[in-house]
Amino acid sequence: MSRTVAVVGASLAGLSAARALREQSYDGRIVLIGDEVHPPYDRPPLSKEFLAGSASLDDILLGAPDDADLDLEWRLQTTAIGLDHLSRSVLLADGSEVRADGVVLATGARARLLPGSEGLGGVHVLRCLDDANALRADLATAERLVVIGGGFIGAEVASTARTLGLEVTVVESQPVPLAGPLGAEMGTVCAELHAAHGTRLLTGTGVAGLVGTDRVEAVELTDGTRLPADVVVVGIGAAPNIEWLARSGVALGNGVLTDARGATNIPGVVAVGDCAATWSVAAERHVRIEHWANALEQPATAVATLLGTGAPAPTPVPYFWSDQYGARIQFAGSRRQGDDVRVLEGSCADHSFLVVYERDGQPVAVLAMNQPRLFTRWRRQLRTAVPAGS
Amino acid sequence: MIPVCPTTALPPGEATRIEADEPIAVFNVDGDFYAIDDTCTHQDASLADGWLDGCAVECPLHASCFDLRTGKVSGPPAKTPVRTHRVLVQDGMVYVLRGHAEDGAA
Repeated sequence: MSRTVAVVGASLAGLSAARALREQSYDGRIVLIGDEVHPPYDRPPLSKEFLAGSASLDDILLGAPDDADLDLEWRLQTTAIGLDHLSRSVLLADGSEVRADGVVLATGARARLLPGSEGLGGVHVLRCLDDANALRADLATAERLVVIGGGFIGAEVASTARTLGLEVTVVESQPVPLAGPLGAEMGTVCAELHAAHGTRLLTGTGVAGLVGTDRVEAVELTDGTRLPADVVVVGIGAAPNIEWLARSGVALGNGVLTDARGATNIPGVVAVGDCAATWSVAAERHVRIEHWANALEQPATAVATLLGTGAPAPTPVPYFWSDQYGARIQFAGSRRQGDDVRVLEGSCADHSFLVVYERDGQPVAVLAMNQPRLFTRWRRQLRTAVPAGS
Repeated sequence: MIPVCPTTALPPGEATRIEADEPIAVFNVDGDFYAIDDTCTHQDASLADGWLDGCAVECPLHASCFDLRTGKVSGPPAKTPVRTHRVLVQDGMVYVLRGHAEDGAA
């Protein structure tokens, strides 16, 4: 058995990996390396309760009372800058290194920036706690918010800002927001929440640039429209934090490439969470999943791979949720273009429904709004219906 | 003592919610009834909407698990246990005694 495992990344995936190591009876040293100053915290509330001010840092910390028993060696506020695959050493920005027998890569992803927005005051992304604190402070004195990107982060920030009394405009470059994850039909249904709660949604419109010298004053669209803005939030996706591995010999693509069980091409090195592009048997390609549930569940499999305990790899059913404008949206499964959509319960107009996506007559995904009980049953059903992985 | 429902209205594997400022979820596990605080201690979700697996309920939102007998967290991300409440069955009716902790397994 290994003597030292280094877990690089101290958010949900990294902490879950550390917990999984102990659950799977690993009794060696665990070093948990994180570049933030904060102990692990939950990110989903950053665009919702935490941003609104109804949840504190204490409320969203992930650490549990039992975690003291994990006997972890914390290296917070420490950035990993490289990995020597021969000695399996993690090189740190302070010049030191952690020599390990096993390495879990869990460095997550970072928000994509809008080119040309650097250094302009009032322009925010939302990924980490410091982002949320800065945005919260800025929203407190703002009247007009423009959100660039109509995805889940953008929609949740818009929703929170409406509750704070701001005038909000969401700009989405695609004809329909959320068409990627939900399909155009259901993306349209979910996007109706914006108008129903006083948010202006502009679709099919690109952003030409931001106007302002020291601080943003407006967002200029490709059609020439100028949207006055006190604050701008850019929610245009995330990129995996893998550059630090460029010379490590670890195979990289859109994330750290792993097999279905989390193994990279380097023995003793596994990858989990938002930074990992994991082989999907169902999709027959590497898939990088940025969902919270994946960061929670995936590490157990990768840790079993690392320890060589060979537990069967479950095929997790992708799951995510979003809370916007008081509506709870939940999705599970894998949707593809061309899947049929069938409403099984409620109605889209009432913002309370459950729809099933079907392919060749078989359910492959499920989407619900304000139907948590029924959704949970369907999510379970999908879990057992999907054949086990390799 | 809060009357909940006739036992026949809550078959095995089912749950119901008592609406209140602090709602309570009541479960039937193979004929044994359990009551716990309905709101997940992690984030706002109703445990009565969750998935029942033996004597554990999985939160419908983030999959935190709670032991219905003790209220203890049996799976993250929740950190804080839920309170348990005693359940009485009398003349085919289910009652809950709010604030009376269950003494271990029923």
